[in-house]
Amino acid sequence: MSEDLKCIHCGNSCGKSPVIFEGNPFCCSGCSTVYQILHASQLKQYYQIEPMAGIKIDEMQLPASETYAFLDLDQFKSKILNFSEGGISKVSFFIPEIHCASCIWLLENLHSLNKGIIQSFVNFPKKEINITFNENEISLRQLVDLLVSIHYIPEINQHSIDKKSTDQSDKKLFIKIGIAAFSFMNAMIYHFPQYLPGNEFLEADMKKLFGWLSVLLAIPVLTYSASDYFLTAWKSLKKKIISIDLPIALGLITLFTQSLVEIISGAGIGYIDSLTGLVFFMLIGRWYQGKTYQALSFERDYKTYFPLAVTKITDSGSITIPLEDLKSGDQILVRNQEIVPADSILKSGTASIDYSFVTGESMPVTKKAGDFVFAGGRQIGNAIELTIEKEVQQSYLTQLWNQVENPLTAENKLNTIVNRVSQYFTVVIVLIAIGSGLFWYFNKPELALFAFTSVLIIACPCALALTVPFTFGSTMRQYGRKGFYLKNTAVIEHLYKVDTVVFDKTGTITNAQSSDIRFVGKELTAEELLTIKSLAFHSSHPLSKTIYNSIEGVEILEVKDFQEIPSLGISGLVNGIRINMGSRYFVTGEMSKDENLKTEVWIYLKDAVAGHFQLENEYRPGLQDLIRKLQKTHELHLLTGDNDAEKANLIQFFGNDKSLHFNQSPTDKLNYIRKLQQEGRKVLMIGDGLNDAGALNESNVGIVIADNVFNFSPACDAILQSKQFGKLDQFIQFTHRSMNIVKAGFLISFLYNVVGLSFAVQGNLTPIVAAILMPISSVSVVAFASFSVSLSAKQALKE
Amino acid sequence: MSVVFVLVFAAIIMAGAFLIAFIWSVKNGQYDDTYTPSVRMLFDDPEMKEEKKTEEKTQAQAKKKK
Repeated sequence: MSEDLKCIHCGNSCGKSPVIFEGNPFCCSGCSTVYQILHASQLKQYYQIEPMAGIKIDEMQLPASETYAFLDLDQFKSKILNFSEGGISKVSFFIPEIHCASCIWLLENLHSLNKGIIQSFVNFPKKEINITFNENEISLRQLVDLLVSIHYIPEINQHSIDKKSTDQSDKKLFIKIGIAAFSFMNAMIYHFPQYLPGNEFLEADMKKLFGWLSVLLAIPVLTYSASDYFLTAWKSLKKKIISIDLPIALGLITLFTQSLVEIISGAGIGYIDSLTGLVFFMLIGRWYQGKTYQALSFERDYKTYFPLAVTKITDSGSITIPLEDLKSGDQILVRNQEIVPADSILKSGTASIDYSFVTGESMPVTKKAGDFVFAGGRQIGNAIELTIEKEVQQSYLTQLWNQVENPLTAENKLNTIVNRVSQYFTVVIVLIAIGSGLFWYFNKPELALFAFTSVLIIACPCALALTVPFTFGSTMRQYGRKGFYLKNTAVIEHLYKVDTVVFDKTGTITNAQSSDIRFVGKELTAEELLTIKSLAFHSSHPLSKTIYNSIEGVEILEVKDFQEIPSLGISGLVNGIRINMGSRYFVTGEMSKDENLKTEVWIYLKDAVAGHFQLENEYRPGLQDLIRKLQKTHELHLLTGDNDAEKANLIQFFGNDKSLHFNQSPTDKLNYIRKLQQEGRKVLMIGDGLNDAGALNESNVGIVIADNVFNFSPACDAILQSKQFGKLDQFIQFTHRSMNIVKAGFLISFLYNVVGLSFAVQGNLTPIVAAILMPISSVSVVAFASFSVSLSAKQALKE
Repeated sequence: MSVVFVLVFAAIIMAGAFLIAFIWSVKNGQYDDTYTPSVRMLFDDPEMKEEKKTEEKTQAQAKKKK
């Protein structure tokens, strides 16, 4: 391994046999093909903006070109296109692979590749490309094929049709903030003269003008910017719930009426600056909290996983039909890299189906004609013909999805810390307001009403309401930097309450990508190993690849008479020696004796069976540590669909076998979570595949482990990058710190309230006190929350 | 002091103009993507830059029409 050549397209190691084109090394022919396409169109700058930015996709993994045939049909085209008139069409695609400046550059220069593309525009945070093209020169299907040919495979599914007009609410919030800011700034200018010494010399006319102008400014803030607070306060009041929005709404209304009274009577200019300031700060908090990861999707269901169309085989040839029209008994064709859309029976040939999205198991399963094939698998290799047994809606996987509704959300909303606190808070404030009103009524009646309203004004829990958005918002950002992406800030509180952790096995605590490989049998010489490597080089089966990569060596020997027998193995002549590799039956002629389900590749070499490679799933690094740490604070369980072959290993990790459950169907997993919840436990489920979807949804917090977070993952509350798996305990522990910061923030805002209330109950709350105290309390709470979160993140979330 | 009245109105009209500009820019989608333009401007191909500008204009117009 003296020289390690890097592919100039994707930066991966070229291994021992690079593909050379024009003196440049490539790791595979797929990469060099893309290079040639770009080279021919003068787009080589792609490689200069960011070196080795290309996307590696094996030629075998590229979808067959017929896959996108359905894009020629009008019924799909009209749904996918955003706009089409006079041959000019606009379309937007989600491309998960967009990752760097080079991607942006290339995708915005698509017009160099095809004249029909008028312009293309990338939205990087959303990983989206908007293309305007001339349909007379390039069809939608050709456009997609073009993107595929340069390895930017767009995601086309139900999701891409449904999601339009999602970010309207974001724009609305921006406008609300803009209006509040405008009113706040201007009201401050009008109020400021009143706070300076000598304001008694101000002309009465001017005072009046300033007063009425501020009222004008306050009206859009109250009716538009702050409308949500009134709405939610009203809604929760109707349900007889006291939420944080109630004292806010109460405070805002009192502020406004008190100001109005003062302005009309000419007594003063009121508190409009405080009012608009409050709304402004609270909206900022809402924006900060609501910022989400645009390119990540936490709501995906089976519809976004399945294709839009399938190829149906009829007597008169094959036709493309929408997925909904698929009936049981239909014959369909599934090509390389396509997904089996419904439970079906394999009609002919042999299939090699990759269920990694479903079970997390990366090794494909071999099916023979007549075998039952569950929906959700991805065919690898030749096209296969299937007879549909059940419609999509009735398929096992889909059924599982439909079983789950989210019963927890409604209840959980009530239980958040801020709402629990605000319940007491509101009651106490109203009591104090009435108390001080009554006190002054008997002592100095003209102050009674003022004291009453002052209390309500100053107690407006703006700082309280800002604590949670900023603490949790910052926490979510800190997590995001470390590769742990939350659906929203509410997840933090749920994660804090979790006391039970349930793991899935395959793909979750084991690594789906790499396997532990060892050879069982006679000792192999270096030459023999090289022979095996050379043979494996010629096959694209994942097992061959794993073996190829596991053997060191530089050169590849010539293989003659190479044969690949589907689902059995490969055979060839190397240096005149016959070598067979494959299943036990293929190599030795005898069936496997025990069903221990370990993946084995048998080798026949030099007229004898040499032995077999054994592949075992590798446990993720850091698992032992993670379990040891989590065990101290949480109850751990393991659910797996596999048999108990791994039991001994797992006991080493978990310490006992009481909480290990094998042979669990997806429904079993779901029921197990339900059972735990009925025992009053708060459950965190960690899974990865579609077969965990039910359990992930049912649990209090569902975390999905993903190698590439932008790829498909089942609906969940959070996505954890697989590299960060070992840090899960840190993430969970950190919620405790966040919670403490929230509590400290509450304490600070209570202190401000005590100070403010001491003015208010004495009837001394002048506009200037409010104008100073209210922004200071808000700003200091915001600063405290964000600052302490990032500080403690530095300590607690280490690299 | 009457000059103050004039100033007050001048100030609020100006601020109001900026508010309207802000609302327009939000509705126009200028805040949809705050990252990509920062990368796009660094691509150093003089031809490209000019094209981009006109493209952006046509895009904005197209959006308006919609």
